[in-house]
Amino acid sequence: MKVFMLGWEFPPYISGGLGTACHGLTKAMNDLGIEVTFVVPKPIESDLSNHVKMLSPLQCRPLGSVPGKKITTELPDLRNVTIKTIASPLEAYITPQYYEKKIEELLKQRPNVSEPSHDIEPAVEKWLRETEEQVEHLAHEHYGGDMYSEVHRYAASAVRLAIREDFDVIHAHDWMTYPAGVAVASVTGKPLVVHVHSTEFDRSGEHINQMIYDIERRGMHAATKIIAVSYLTRNIIITRYGILGEKVEVVYNGVEQNGDGRTLPFNKIGIQSNEKIVLFLGRITMQKGPEYFLMAARKVLEEMENVKFVMAGTGDMMHRIIEMAAQMGIGHKVLFTGFLRGNDVEKIYQMADLYVMPSVSEPFGIAPLEALNYDVPVLISKQSGVAEVLTHVLKVDFWDVNEMANKIIAVLKYPPLQLTLREHGNFEVRSLRWSGAAEKCQKVYQKILQKN
Amino acid sequence: MPSVCFYFQVHQPFRLRHYTVFDHSPRYFDEFKNASICRKVANKCYLPSNRLLLDVIRRLEGRFKISYSLTGVILEQFRKYCPEVMSTFDALTETGCVEFIGETYYHSLSFLYSPDEFIAQINKHTELIQQLYGQTPRVFRNTELIYSNALTKTIEKMGRFNAIITEGADHILGNRSSNFVYRPPNCEHIKLLLKNYSLSDDIAFRFSNRGWKEFPLTADKFAKWVTRLNGNGHCVNLFMDYETFGEHQWEDTGIFSFMSHLPQEILKHPDNSFMTPSEVIDSYDAVDVIDVPHIISWADTERDLSAWLGNPMQSGALHEVYKIEKLVKQTNNEELLADWRQLQTSDHFYYMCTKYFADGDVHKYFNPYESPYDSYINFMNVLDNVRGRLRSRRNRPQPRKILA
Repeated sequence: MKVFMLGWEFPPYISGGLGTACHGLTKAMNDLGIEVTFVVPKPIESDLSNHVKMLSPLQCRPLGSVPGKKITTELPDLRNVTIKTIASPLEAYITPQYYEKKIEELLKQRPNVSEPSHDIEPAVEKWLRETEEQVEHLAHEHYGGDMYSEVHRYAASAVRLAIREDFDVIHAHDWMTYPAGVAVASVTGKPLVVHVHSTEFDRSGEHINQMIYDIERRGMHAATKIIAVSYLTRNIIITRYGILGEKVEVVYNGVEQNGDGRTLPFNKIGIQSNEKIVLFLGRITMQKGPEYFLMAARKVLEEMENVKFVMAGTGDMMHRIIEMAAQMGIGHKVLFTGFLRGNDVEKIYQMADLYVMPSVSEPFGIAPLEALNYDVPVLISKQSGVAEVLTHVLKVDFWDVNEMANKIIAVLKYPPLQLTLREHGNFEVRSLRWSGAAEKCQKVYQKILQKN
Repeated sequence: MPSVCFYFQVHQPFRLRHYTVFDHSPRYFDEFKNASICRKVANKCYLPSNRLLLDVIRRLEGRFKISYSLTGVILEQFRKYCPEVMSTFDALTETGCVEFIGETYYHSLSFLYSPDEFIAQINKHTELIQQLYGQTPRVFRNTELIYSNALTKTIEKMGRFNAIITEGADHILGNRSSNFVYRPPNCEHIKLLLKNYSLSDDIAFRFSNRGWKEFPLTADKFAKWVTRLNGNGHCVNLFMDYETFGEHQWEDTGIFSFMSHLPQEILKHPDNSFMTPSEVIDSYDAVDVIDVPHIISWADTERDLSAWLGNPMQSGALHEVYKIEKLVKQTNNEELLADWRQLQTSDHFYYMCTKYFADGDVHKYFNPYESPYDSYINFMNVLDNVRGRLRSRRNRPQPRKILA
């Protein structure tokens, strides 16, 4: 089985859960003997880089960075996985409308998506040649560094890669890759699976970006099968995007085991300070509910003194949250670390007495699994997909800050609670592995291919 | 020869209300929930069952006998929330065919933690039964049939009990049958009545199970199983939760009609009879010694304490409760004592059980909390408030006579 996989990020260049998920899933697929060609935009050097030297879990060098060229990287751990990157976003842009028009033309030419045809190749080549010329030509005039153009640019390049590749199924992760998925499917006639890690409603609440919604909707409708990361997400797909339930399968994410299951909290015993640490780790953005974390923190601090609240991550609400903490008069009790990677993540987990994920809307949420992996007890919002799979964690409605504070205090105050949560949680999380997710994806592929 | 001995356990805990660390009121119990559950179960189970059994006793002219273990906690609830149940128990008592069993008033695990408190609760329960039904219990059962040799010593010393009821667990019986009267080692005055768990569970758990090869269970089929024991046993001890009738097994499973026909079917054979536990121990001698050095119970397949003491939260919470016993008693404050004792009810610790939690089963069904962790947090917050009351009393100058 060969899969043409379209992703937006891949470790070590990640900004969140999507890259982690793609890495875990492809690694497990590799173990199942599934051949994966993974297409990512060229690594983005952004402000997300950390001052701390990052060690890649794969011990591989950062992906190639020669502008304008497609680079194929072989990774030792992923023998069956080929990573292909596409030119950098910080180069010339042509208007998104241009790509959109081209993709639509392609679609019109090939109304029957399921039948491959080779006449298309010259047409695609012609289009791509035109694209390249346009890029050259417009390089200086249009420097529109917006996501939307990038998405369509990615789509065009993915099609070019796809026509030279041999594969059975296309697998696209999240909206940025859906146009590419649709385009590749229309060109090659291969079935398309879209994997929904998050929807526009999770990211933006009711104030959705219509363009992104349209891309998501088009991708979902064009797909042969949709994989949702939870039933929570499946419901959104069905009710908000008008998809039939039978088309949507749920495949829960997993978590990679940290080494040989060594227990980290023993290090913590050595910590001299008697201060407890409550951890928020994630993007500081509306979706993740950082303000509810602060409100709960204030309530906790009314009852206990020796607690610090650590917020690890960056995001569009970062400044507002810092200000909010100051206004609440708890600024000295809330620490901001910025975006953390690799060893720093491990360190912060080692220090934490409790991990809190107060997400307003979380399609899945891998971070709680990582926390459990590091033997940290977990408090998650009931509005998260991961709440469907975890039983040995504390759950709370994200808006119920009183109850959130009540539970945070209980964990800090009653050692038997921390002990039991840790013991059972760590045991439970061991059953949630990427291998299970990869097997389920494989079944989805097999079902589609049988039908065709 | 087999005498069928029915014993029904009747109990509902006083459930705690949602109590956060920010609550400071000394009202801990969820009046609304407790009242509504008590009334619901009364209508589904206690009232119809009592009426049915009363009817059978009258119909069979006293040849049908039963026994009850009513906890002090459920009797308080009946008096408070549905007094009509009390009158049906009065009517049952008047037939002379009903025996009341002794146990701890609060359905507690005090035997494991405090001998003084354990005896105090048994006495409190006995007083209540005497007052309500004019009987002094002669047979004792410990909460959840928790038992070991050590229990016998304590009970024997109390002087008024002649028998203890416990689980007929395979590992204490070996190849012996539960259908005889036994006695504990080194004990003259106490006999043991062991639950026939196979026949008891046929009614309590398997009755409505369509996957069971004996489904559907009819009265004459069950009577045949009992009759078959002729010559192989003296008594058949059918011990179960009273909520089996109408609550665990709903009315539409036919459980009531089964129970209304079962006594007459059993009595069809002239050698069969019904006896109360006291009658059984008066009629039959102990055939052998049963040695139980380690604690057993009637819970789950393990028949051990793991449902109440299986994780650090449970043992921690229990430990904390009994740690303040002395302080609570020193206050001589009735309200504090009552609150503290209500917290001893075993159900609070059962809710904290993490065993099988992920699978969702019988533990979940009876659990008013979303998770064992929530129940622990709630319980500890309440206990914290009790401790706070103790502290504030201690810091207050107290009149001399209370201290003495």
